[in-house]
Amino acid sequence: MFRNASALAAVLLLGACASDTKGDRVNSASDGAVPYASTYKVYPGRPTALVGATVLDAAGHRFDSGVVLFRDGKVVAVGGSDMAIPEGYDRLDGTGKYVTPGVIDAHSHLGDYPSPGIEANSDGNEATAPTTPDVWAEHSVWPQDPGFTRALANGGVTSLQILPGSANLMGGRAVTVKNVPSLTVQGMKFPGAPYSLKMACGENPKRVYGGKGQKPSTRMGNFAVNRQTWLDAKKYAADPKRDRDLGKETLAGVLDGTILVQNHCYRADEMALVLDMAKEMGYKVAAFHHAVEAYKIADMLRENNVCSAVWADWYGFKMEAYDAIPENAALLYKAGACVIIHSDDENGIQRLNQEAAKARADGRRIGVDIPDEKLIEWITINAAKDMGVDKQTGSLEPGKMADVVLWNGSPFSVYSRPEKVWIDGALMFDALDPKRRPVSDFELGQPGEGDVK
Amino acid sequence: MKRWLLLATALVAAPALAQDFAITNATVALGDGSAPIEGGTVVVQGGRIVAAGIGIAAPAGVTVIDGAGKWVTPGLFATVTDLGLWDSQGVEESNDTSASKSPFNAALDVAPAINPDAQPIKIAREGGVTRASVSPDNGASIFAGQGALIDLGADPRVITRARAFQFVNLGESGGKLAGGSRAAAQALFRNALREARDFGGRSRPTMAKGSASATPANTGDDIPVDPRLLAGGGERASDVLLTHFDAAALVPVVDGRQPLYVAVERAADIRSALALKREFPKLDMVLVGATEGWLVAPDIAAARVPVIAMALNDLPAQFEKLAATQSNIGRMKAAGVKVAIGMFGGDNQPRYAPQEAGNLVAVGKLPGASGLTWGEALAAITSIPAEISGMGGKAGVLKAGAVGDVVIWDGDPLELSSAPMKVFIDGVEQPLDNHQSRLKQRYRDLDTSVLPKAYDW
Repeated sequence: MFRNASALAAVLLLGACASDTKGDRVNSASDGAVPYASTYKVYPGRPTALVGATVLDAAGHRFDSGVVLFRDGKVVAVGGSDMAIPEGYDRLDGTGKYVTPGVIDAHSHLGDYPSPGIEANSDGNEATAPTTPDVWAEHSVWPQDPGFTRALANGGVTSLQILPGSANLMGGRAVTVKNVPSLTVQGMKFPGAPYSLKMACGENPKRVYGGKGQKPSTRMGNFAVNRQTWLDAKKYAADPKRDRDLGKETLAGVLDGTILVQNHCYRADEMALVLDMAKEMGYKVAAFHHAVEAYKIADMLRENNVCSAVWADWYGFKMEAYDAIPENAALLYKAGACVIIHSDDENGIQRLNQEAAKARADGRRIGVDIPDEKLIEWITINAAKDMGVDKQTGSLEPGKMADVVLWNGSPFSVYSRPEKVWIDGALMFDALDPKRRPVSDFELGQPGEGDVK
Repeated sequence: MKRWLLLATALVAAPALAQDFAITNATVALGDGSAPIEGGTVVVQGGRIVAAGIGIAAPAGVTVIDGAGKWVTPGLFATVTDLGLWDSQGVEESNDTSASKSPFNAALDVAPAINPDAQPIKIAREGGVTRASVSPDNGASIFAGQGALIDLGADPRVITRARAFQFVNLGESGGKLAGGSRAAAQALFRNALREARDFGGRSRPTMAKGSASATPANTGDDIPVDPRLLAGGGERASDVLLTHFDAAALVPVVDGRQPLYVAVERAADIRSALALKREFPKLDMVLVGATEGWLVAPDIAAARVPVIAMALNDLPAQFEKLAATQSNIGRMKAAGVKVAIGMFGGDNQPRYAPQEAGNLVAVGKLPGASGLTWGEALAAITSIPAEISGMGGKAGVLKAGAVGDVVIWDGDPLELSSAPMKVFIDGVEQPLDNHQSRLKQRYRDLDTSVLPKAYDW
């Protein structure tokens, strides 16, 4: 739906191959001769039966007093209270609590704009040329960013997409990671996740480069630079004798559907222009990020099968956010378009559940009712679809990764917090166990080490 | 024709009058830290709260609003905001929060710059915020200038108190602004206060010379304009760093007549700030930020210095915030510090105050963490910021004699699903529409089959 399924299947098949016949293309973490390949390994877990909680599986169901079984890193079964619990499972009573899939953030800069937010750590924008499709966010990610631990403990975030910033029209490749502490970014990389290209419309590129007295300094300049870059990439992609070119490899990957496009774009009119540019050049936009005016073209976005990754109610912080409204997400939902609540923020990522709840409440006041079991999709499976990992995670269904959050109340109440978070069936956070909480190297021996955060 | 008349009426709003009303049978939260009361009544007459609680009869002749199923609170009080200082924050032309190219610093007074028609004020009002303090941001100096207290009523009388406080940054960014180090910021600060003290003392005897009277020029319930600003020349001795204007502006700070808001985050900077009170004992200090306040909470409490902090800082966003935790406010409160949730500037919109307060209730349920009770959480965004702002008992509380700022909510005001249904300021019911609500109305459907959306208004 949100990606080229056959292309991804091919990529997954290639995952086990020792060599890629093309030899010069690096479009997925699972390509044959894949550089910087994922070394993520699942940590040990215990077969666990969560019983008695309200289960929102993000596959359309709500089970009051439900059962979730997982073992060996995978979801085994999800159902109602009548479901039998096989031998060998630790039984965990979740009465009065909620179980959801792990939260997924489709738009994060953790690691490439880490805390502390000092110049020495500022690695998110290669703002030296308006198109830098050659840079990869993963080469900037600092795995010791304490922000990862807060996203886990306070936000129940188990997977996230880390993007380059939006200074450039083409900012580079994003990377999808599991929110597992690791010494290396490779140890976090989501196995088999496709790459995405980060693009940006509007004010940022024209301001950054116009301010340097270079092209683009206008929105029309933005499009001219983009279109010429695509034309050059098409030529490259069609050339059998090409030399390796890191930037054009990324763009060729977009053109053949193996790399997704995540397009930062605020204004409705600009999103419509980007959709036409994608048609002109032969690629697909997976999602418009920060799409604060998506509500004005919700029908167009539905028809083009493009997700909108939005905040609940950010407002007015720049001109292109002047028409942001809190009902944006609900109006998209009402139109049948794909909605994702994203953060773009190291604090917001800790409360995606709350942001979704606020957006729902704003919808309810204009007559759009969104039940819990649909709302949870905004911060789980819809993000997974956008990132091309929905076959592996994003919902609680048999065979999928056991990325699970046990909340101590409704995730859509301000009074609730994650109590336990499992990633691939391994317990990575437990609010009731002071030691089951990751502490980054950076925080060791500093005030507040290991504190509740 | 009729439509034109309607339009004309709508465009030129008549001044609204305070209503006398009683809200009955509601869940009433007084804002003073106490738990909410079910079946409560709030009576507002002449623009002021007359009574609030249980067992109160609605006086004869007042409008009675049935509060069944509703919650009633005082209007929210947002401290250290940039309300009215920008239309779109990133649009430089519209943004009056700081002035890095101004020759002045402490003298900068936000009051005349505050625009009551700015969308952020209307949006905050829709969110139940009825009062705020507005602070300038630092431009080129550790002194940002003088903040104001405002009400968010839909009328031109926005300023409650001009020059309500002076704002200084003595943390990481203050050090940079002072020339490169915290030591420079401390030296600059001490020098500035001494210059102000000297300026006050030296010029006082000769003050009458150029002006009709030595009486401060009162402009209302605020810090008077120092008469030295109105009289005499601008020249001063050569060995001074402050302009005449800035030195005059700091006189009420040294005298303790104008509160000094000191932005500091790390524990060591908080201690250094508190130490200044020993050197300048009259300083009426308020700490702003205090992300590491919990590490020095007993010191802050002993100094009787109140704190305005962010509720949910939990990242080492800078080196001065290494110990950040969402338990900061809870721990300071437990140590006896008077602490408000505030600093609603930029992306941290004032209407997020209830969510932030609610989160501190959630934090309190976690082992090892410190949060607030529900009543304390509401107080942290109502009565406590009002007290710190010098409006204790007058705002942020449903109590006889307080301003008639009342919000009726469709549910628990701290819960994410709730929103204000009616907002009163000084007893006047407020409009809750704004640019966003008009866009919402236009785009509830996307039908353009007859005319473009531009005709749908």
